[in-house]
Amino acid sequence: MSTQPQKVVETVNIEVDGQAMEVPKNSMIIEATDKAGISIPRFCYHSKLSIAANCRMCLVDVEKAPKPMPACATPVMDGMKVYTQSRRAIDAQHGVMEFLLINHPLDCPICDQGGECELQDLAMGYGRSVSRFSERKRVVKDLDIGSLIQTDLTRCIQCTRCVRFLDEIAGTNELGMLGRGDRSEISTSLAQGIDSELSGNVIDLCPVGALTNKPFRFSARAWELMAKPSRAVHDGVGSNLWYHTRRGQVMRAVPRDCESANETWLSDRDRYSHFGLNAEDRVLEPMVKVAGQWQKVSWDEGIRAASDALRTAITAHGGAGLGVLMSASVSTEEYFLAQRLARGLDCPNIDHRLREQDFSDDDARTGAVAFASSMTAIDTADTILLVGSNIRHEAPILGQRVRKAWRNGAQVAALNPVDWNFHFSLSTKIITAPQHMVTELAAVAKAVSTITSKEPPAFLKSALGEIQVGETHQAMAEMLLGSDNKMLILGQTAMAHEQASWLRQVSAWIAEACGADLNMVPDGGNTTGAAMAGALPGRGVGGSETDHGLDAREMIASAAKAYLLWGIEPEFDMANPAMAAKALVAADSVVAVSAFAGEGLKANADVILPLAPLAESEGLFYTFDGQSFAVEQAVSTSGQARQGWKILRRLGAELELDGFSHVDSATLRDEMLAQISAASYTSKDVELTPANSKGDLYRVGDVPMYAADALCRRSEYLQQSVHAENAFVGLNPDDAGSKGLVEGREVKVSQGAEHIMLPLQICDELPVGAVWVKSATTVSSKLGDSFGRISVEAT
Amino acid sequence: MQRIMEYLRSLLLLELLKGLSLTMRHMFRPNITIIYPEEKTPKSVRFRGLHALRRYPNGEERCIACKLCEAVCPALAITIESTQRDDGSRRTTRYDIDLFKCIFCGFCEESCPVDSIVETGCLEYHFENREESIMTKEKLLAIGDRFESEIAENRKKDAAYR
Repeated sequence: MSTQPQKVVETVNIEVDGQAMEVPKNSMIIEATDKAGISIPRFCYHSKLSIAANCRMCLVDVEKAPKPMPACATPVMDGMKVYTQSRRAIDAQHGVMEFLLINHPLDCPICDQGGECELQDLAMGYGRSVSRFSERKRVVKDLDIGSLIQTDLTRCIQCTRCVRFLDEIAGTNELGMLGRGDRSEISTSLAQGIDSELSGNVIDLCPVGALTNKPFRFSARAWELMAKPSRAVHDGVGSNLWYHTRRGQVMRAVPRDCESANETWLSDRDRYSHFGLNAEDRVLEPMVKVAGQWQKVSWDEGIRAASDALRTAITAHGGAGLGVLMSASVSTEEYFLAQRLARGLDCPNIDHRLREQDFSDDDARTGAVAFASSMTAIDTADTILLVGSNIRHEAPILGQRVRKAWRNGAQVAALNPVDWNFHFSLSTKIITAPQHMVTELAAVAKAVSTITSKEPPAFLKSALGEIQVGETHQAMAEMLLGSDNKMLILGQTAMAHEQASWLRQVSAWIAEACGADLNMVPDGGNTTGAAMAGALPGRGVGGSETDHGLDAREMIASAAKAYLLWGIEPEFDMANPAMAAKALVAADSVVAVSAFAGEGLKANADVILPLAPLAESEGLFYTFDGQSFAVEQAVSTSGQARQGWKILRRLGAELELDGFSHVDSATLRDEMLAQISAASYTSKDVELTPANSKGDLYRVGDVPMYAADALCRRSEYLQQSVHAENAFVGLNPDDAGSKGLVEGREVKVSQGAEHIMLPLQICDELPVGAVWVKSATTVSSKLGDSFGRISVEAT
Repeated sequence: MQRIMEYLRSLLLLELLKGLSLTMRHMFRPNITIIYPEEKTPKSVRFRGLHALRRYPNGEERCIACKLCEAVCPALAITIESTQRDDGSRRTTRYDIDLFKCIFCGFCEESCPVDSIVETGCLEYHFENREESIMTKEKLLAIGDRFESEIAENRKKDAAYR
C-alpha cells in the first residue's frame, strides 16, 4: 500500500460569539461550532449525511448578512462574525420552532420517542407554551414498511434524514418525499417495505417519533433504560452498541459511535438479534438424556455426565475418539480453555471453521488476523476486487464501507457465483458457477503475471498452462495494477467453497503481485480470536505448531465416538449438515454446550449444558482487522445458564486437567494474552492438489444474512423480514429451459442420497451451471455440502 | 426587687386561673367531636386518598402507559409494563402501586396527561395480608369505577383553581 501525501488543509479565521477560531476553508459554520462545543439547534443536519438545509432550525446571525443564515449550509469565510445567541438568531429559531410545531401532533405521552426526542428537547428551549395555531392539523397516513420500523408519519417534520440515509449510505433509495409545502410527505417509492440491511439506522436518525423501533414499540421509556456498552458479534466487524436494559432484560440495541468499526451505524442483524435471547427453546438448566427422555439435572450432575462422556471416549479410543466443534462467534477465552481441554485430553481435533470445506492450505496460514489492512482502509481504497463475496449480507457494515469507497470514486470488481444486487456498481464482473471460480481467478492471476512478468508459485504455474485469459480477466488485472490503494476481499462464499484453499492462495498471489491487501471475511464473529487462541487443528495458542488433528470436515467425515459441540446447531452451522447429522447419530455420546436447543440438538445430543449468550456473558473478542475488544456482561445470566469459561473451568476440573483453576476472568485473560503474545506464527508453503470440481450443476449454498447464528435465527422480527428464510431452488433460465423445469413448481433437489423438494425460481442473476440452494435453512439442513455437486430434476 | 414581686404574684395562682378560664370558655362552646364512622368531617376536593384509574364515559381506560407517574413517583411505588394492544393503541399490561411505599404526595395525579391516575377521597381501607398492599390495574380500575361520580364532581369543583 502506498502512502498518501498529506493534504495541506487551508484554514480561515472566523469569530463565533466573540470566540476566535481557525477552521478549514469551505467547511460549514455548524462544523466549526460543533467542534468548539457551541450548540446550535438542528434537525436535518447530520455529519454523516449530505446537507439539506430544510429544517431551518440552525439559523444564526452572520454579521453583514441581510437575514439569518442556516449554519449547516453556510460556508465559513475569512473574517466572518457569527452570533448564535443574538436577538435575531434566537427570534429566527423561535419562529422556525413555531412553524415546526404547527403540524406536529402533541402526543408525546404515547410517542415512543418521548423522552429522547430532539424536537421535544428543543421545544422546551425554543417553543411557546401555547400555540397560536387554531386551524386543523395535517394528518398523514402511516406506511407499513416491514417488521422492523414503525412509521407514524403525522409526526414527521420533513428533515429528510431518512431519505438521505437510504440514498447515500444504504444505497437503496427506498424512501422519498412526495408533494410540496405542507402536503409534502415521506413515502416509499412502490409502496414496498424498506429492505435495506441497514434500515434500522433511520430510527436513530429520525429526530422525532415518525420512525421508531417496531419490536420495541411501547415497551419501555428512554428514562427507564440502563445503557450497557457492548458489541455485536454476528460478524467480525464488532459493531459497537449500547444494550438498553431494564430489570435485567435487554430491551433494545442502539449503535455506539466508533469510527474504526461501525462509525455511527448498526446493521439490522446486530440491532434486532437480541430479541432471540428469550426464545422458547432457550436452555435454562443442564439436561441429560436418559432412555431417550430429556431430564433436567443439577450442574454437578450435568458436568459429571459431560465429563464422563468425554472421558469414556478418550479412554476407549484415544484422542481421535473426540471431536470438538466450536461456534465461530464465542469469546477468545472459551476458545483458549476449550483447546486446553481438548489438548489436555490428547485430542488434537478442535475447529471453529464449521461452514468451510477445504483446509488444505492450513499450513500456509500466515497469521490469525483475517484482514491485511484495517477496516477503515476500505473507505480510501481505489480498487476493490470481491472474490466470492456478497459483502452486503456477510458483513453489512463492510458493505457500507465498500459503497463509501465506490462513492469516493473507487472501482469495484467482483468474481462471484451469483450476480448479487450490490449497492455499488461493479466496473468489471465475472459471474460464474462455483466450479469455474478457481479457473476464472487463475485467469486473472495469469493476466497479472503476464503484465507484471512476475513468476507465479509452482502450484499455480502448472495450473495456469491451459487457461485462456479473456478480456474481463485482462481488465480486472489492469484495474488492480493501475491504482495505488487496492485490496482483494475474499468473502464467505469463497471461504466456504469446495476449493477455498485455491481461491485463497491464488488471491494471495494476486494480492502479492499487485501490491494489494488480501482481506478475508470468514463466517462468524470471532474467527481471529479463535485462530489466536488456537481453536484450530494443528495450531496452538498464538499460532504455534502442534499435533495436526482433524479439521471440522474430517471430524464429521471420520465419525468420532464423542463430540463436544460448543454453541452450535449442527444442522444449520455445518458445511454439510447431512453428514454432520449422520456422524452425531453414530457417535456414542454428544455433549452440547449451547444457549439454545433446537430440534436437531435435542435429537442428537446426550447432555446439554446451558451456555450464556453474549449479552449475558463477558469475553475478549477480535475484529476482522485484529483489534481486540473486551465485552462486558450487559445483563445477568438467565436461569441456570453460565458463562462459557466457567463451564469449561468446571469441566476441566472434573476431568482433572491442569490449568483450569482461574478464579476470575481477568487472570484467565492475562494468562491467555501472555501466551498469545509469546507464541510465534509459523507458516510454510503448501502443495495444493489440482483443482477438480467437474459436474454440470453445482450448488451455491450461501448463508442467508439472518440465519448466520443461533441468536439471529431466533429473532422473530428478523425472521419476518424479506431477507429471512425463503426456501427455493434458483436456476439460470437456460438450465431450467434445458431441463424443462417450470418456475414455481416443486422440483427434486438431491445431493448424494439426500433429497428435498423445493419450489423453483428462475434467477437471471445466476450463471449457467449454478444451483442456488441457500444453506442454514430448515429445508436445506437435510442436504449435503453447501458448495458441492447437486442435481435438480422435475418430479 | 423584681424577683420578689414575681414570687408574690405567683402566690396568687394567676396562671392557674388563666388556664381554667380557657377550660371554662370551651365548656360552653358547641361540641366539635364527631361520631365516626356515622359522622365524617368534610374533605377538600383535593384530598389525596386511595388511588384509582379512571375510564372514559365509553368505558375505555384512560391510561395510555406514558409512564410519567412512574417516573415522577418519589417513593418508586409505581411499576408499569406496557405493550401495543391489538387495536394498535399504547396500553399497560401491568400497573402496580405499592401502597406501603406510596407517600400520597399526589405527584402521579399531577403528572398524568389524561387524568387517569387520581387519588380519591377514600381513606378507609385496610389490608389483611402483606401482598394486598399492591394495587393492581384491575383493583385500581375497579376503584375508579366505584368512585367515578365523586372523582368527576371533585375535579369539576377544582377546575377553576387549576
